[in-house]
Amino acid sequence: MSVAIAPEERMARSYLTDGYNLKSWLLTTDHKRIGLLYMVSITLFFFVGGAAATILRLELMTPKGDLIETADAYNRMFTLHGVVMVWFFLIPSIPAVLGNFLVPVMIGARDMAFPKLNLLSWYIFMAGGIIVLATLIAGGVDTGWTFYVPFSSMFSNTFVVPAAAGVFIVGFSSILTGLNIIVTTHTMRCPGMTWDRLPLFVWAQYATSLIMVLATPVLAITVALLAAERIWGVGIFDPRLGGDPILFQHLFWFYSHPAVYIMILPGFGVVSEIIPCFARRPIFGYKFMAGALLAIAFLGFIVWGHHMFVSGQSMYAGFVFSIISFLVAIPSGIKVFNWTATLYKGSIRFDTPMLYALGFIGLFTIGGLTGLILASLAVDVHVHDTYFVVAHFHYIMVGGMVMAYLGGIHFWWPKLTGRMYSEWWGKLSALIVFFGFNLTFFPQFVLGYLGMPRRVYEYTEDYQILHIMSTLGASILAVGYLLPLSYLILSLWFGKHATGNPWSATGLEWQTTSPPPTHNFEETPVVTEAPYAYDPVVAEAEYRASLAEIEERPRVNHT
Amino acid sequence: MAHLPFFPEQASSHAKDVDAVFLAGMGILAFFTALILILIVTFLVRYRRGTTAERDNAPNTSLRIELLWIGIPLIISIGMFAWSAVVYYRLYSPPADAYLVDVVAKQWMFYLQHPEGKREINELHVPLGRPLRLRMISQDVIHSFYVPAFRAKQDVLPGRYTSLWFQPTRVGQYHLFCAEYCGTNHAVMRGTVEVMEPADYERWLGSGSSEGSLARQGEQLFQKHHCGGCHGPSQNVPAPPLQGVYGGRVPVTREGDPSTNFITADDRYIHDSVRLPKKEIVAGFEPMMPTYDQTELSEADLLKLIAYIKSIGAEETSK
Ligand code: HEC
Ligand SMILES: [Cu+2]
Ligand SMILES: [Cu+2]
Repeated sequence: MSVAIAPEERMARSYLTDGYNLKSWLLTTDHKRIGLLYMVSITLFFFVGGAAATILRLELMTPKGDLIETADAYNRMFTLHGVVMVWFFLIPSIPAVLGNFLVPVMIGARDMAFPKLNLLSWYIFMAGGIIVLATLIAGGVDTGWTFYVPFSSMFSNTFVVPAAAGVFIVGFSSILTGLNIIVTTHTMRCPGMTWDRLPLFVWAQYATSLIMVLATPVLAITVALLAAERIWGVGIFDPRLGGDPILFQHLFWFYSHPAVYIMILPGFGVVSEIIPCFARRPIFGYKFMAGALLAIAFLGFIVWGHHMFVSGQSMYAGFVFSIISFLVAIPSGIKVFNWTATLYKGSIRFDTPMLYALGFIGLFTIGGLTGLILASLAVDVHVHDTYFVVAHFHYIMVGGMVMAYLGGIHFWWPKLTGRMYSEWWGKLSALIVFFGFNLTFFPQFVLGYLGMPRRVYEYTEDYQILHIMSTLGASILAVGYLLPLSYLILSLWFGKHATGNPWSATGLEWQTTSPPPTHNFEETPVVTEAPYAYDPVVAEAEYRASLAEIEERPRVNHT
Repeated sequence: MAHLPFFPEQASSHAKDVDAVFLAGMGILAFFTALILILIVTFLVRYRRGTTAERDNAPNTSLRIELLWIGIPLIISIGMFAWSAVVYYRLYSPPADAYLVDVVAKQWMFYLQHPEGKREINELHVPLGRPLRLRMISQDVIHSFYVPAFRAKQDVLPGRYTSLWFQPTRVGQYHLFCAEYCGTNHAVMRGTVEVMEPADYERWLGSGSSEGSLARQGEQLFQKHHCGGCHGPSQNVPAPPLQGVYGGRVPVTREGDPSTNFITADDRYIHDSVRLPKKEIVAGFEPMMPTYDQTELSEADLLKLIAYIKSIGAEETSK
């Protein structure tokens, strides 16, 4: 480790200083720089999708449609929110930003297996993103992110094909990222980095990548068929042309249910790194944790029909999809219980990343268990397509994935940028996000059970009070997201320089400098022990020693 | 059950069963969330950095404990599945004597017709206590017929009948929503279901003008579209008589498949015989039946024709 080098000097030799001009960024094949390219792009998309969400929530304060001019504009707005958040924020969030940056470093590699492919995947992502943004500026799409037929293929008067093209294209970027992570994990591990020493973050990216590579082609096929029906009138889905609209739903959810797990497994990986570090304990049940990730990835492929319990699919298919969906509870339970058990006999610190991770556990638990309520066939008949579902998946995707993403960004920020952010602001915004989130989405469970349908521009008066609570929460949540944006950006200039390992964490990424050099390590590391070699007893002893040291040292006034 | 705040009214026999499963699910949710919360908070307090709590010999893994938290959720999951599946099964098993009302959904309204010939839009009047089955089809995109107070919902598809049944248990007016996004005015594709005392319902049925029962209207359509020209006694083209067809087994051949299969002549079969006549050909006949699309024959009219064909089936068997 480069203890002797001064921070300024280290900064001078990092991947960030390896070229300053635009070309050095836009033509980089360094996985770390590509990760940052992704970070900037998805942040942009996040705030586009978030602005749409804010407008939707403000509209829903009152039962009548008033803020947004027309029902059509509202329908385009929620479609925009869904499409942008799912494909241009959530799916690439942790895998393409943190996964890209960290997987090679965590396994002691110099880069991804296919660095040029990695850069290509970002360009494909941007191409898809620009098409979708252009579609929005041109007038938008009103089909919902699910593109259900025959509405999308034969009835909608909006830009369905361009939007579908954007989704089609962006799919290839996730396939390439997935492929890269799989091959990198298989072939680029440093000496001693055996499979049972892989950090759970890497396991999570690996499991996610399997889903990306296997499921995304089905999405591409589905939207291509949709376009064929819309453009050439090929009868695939519309019954008037001899097609079957339920077929579309099977194809769409065959991708989109696994995609839900693309949007949560990486979060599991982040939380599994943060909890051991701030509890100073090895993760409890490592093998079960890794196994659970793969089990969820596998089960994710055979539960798609739970989106279709009232669609007219056969009742017996409903039974099968229901029981398999219930089985997802088991690996999910393993995760939650093992994180909890990791806290037992730890030496726990409450830094910002830990607050996000703890929030994640709580919100994911509620999101997951309401998933079981939805898997209960008879109940799903009532709450399907209501705000209950909306609340459920926001608990998973926003309460889970976004919390994990923010937790991860804070945890690895010193590594990414070489700077520390303001801990005080960090903690404050973590609390604001947690509170605002619950106030936004908890009332939506109640609304849903009361029967409030989703995707509506106006609603009957009896639902108003819960909508007001939700909108209030959303405003708080918006502040909670704008704060990290501000103080993290400010930290780039004003933050303290970070040491190589500010959290005293294990893991190879912490053994190199912050930020790492272009090729990650001065010399190839060798791994000799299991991951998460934390010891709470040692941590306590060190803590006491540091306290004693502070006391001994003669002090000029101490606040 | 008394009406709770923030809890929907129960107005069908089915509602309390669904609520029971739901409340059990919520109980499980509350239990596990509380369990996790208590454990986490306890650990956070006891083992926060700097406390004197004992930290030696912390276990890093334990097969026994893992099996415990695999086993308990597994058992609970199977139990919840079985219970909810039984209730779901009942929702999809209408009693044979259920009173049949037709629903035709289109952008952006529900059109309903009662067997006696009464029609309504975005409103459904139903008698208290009588099991009622909806036979539903869409004229354009997918819609979904949803009555929260009945805990009942079913997508309404183009080109295919779906059905939903319930037994109203409380007099009153309840929301009717379209639950599946269907375009511009999806939000206002809504109405009311009014559950009435049977006597009031009879009075309502008798009120206003009526063009006779659905079967009667179907008979008129049968004449108007010259179905009888082929299917009647004065056959222009050899076509099978339709008396007694409904509900029976019909030998058909399918395109590209020389074998003959027996299929039940149900609503779907009659519907497809008219909309996609080339799909299944009655064995021994030429595929001469013309295609009637929606511009010639609306879904509502087709339902009337089915009611008529069904009624002549009944005449035949009662003879
Ligand atoms: C040009 C003559 C013709 C006309 C007009 C016609 N059909 Fe047909 N229909 C046929 C023939 C021929 C068949 C048997 C071959 C087949 O299955 O397509 C048939 C079959 C049917 C069947 C299936 C009968 C069975 O025994 O399984 C039904 C139901 C039916 N027609 C209903 C109608 C209705 C309703 C109309 C009026 C809207 C109508 N048809 C008008 C010629 C006709
Ligand atoms: Cu799903
Ligand atoms: Cu609708």
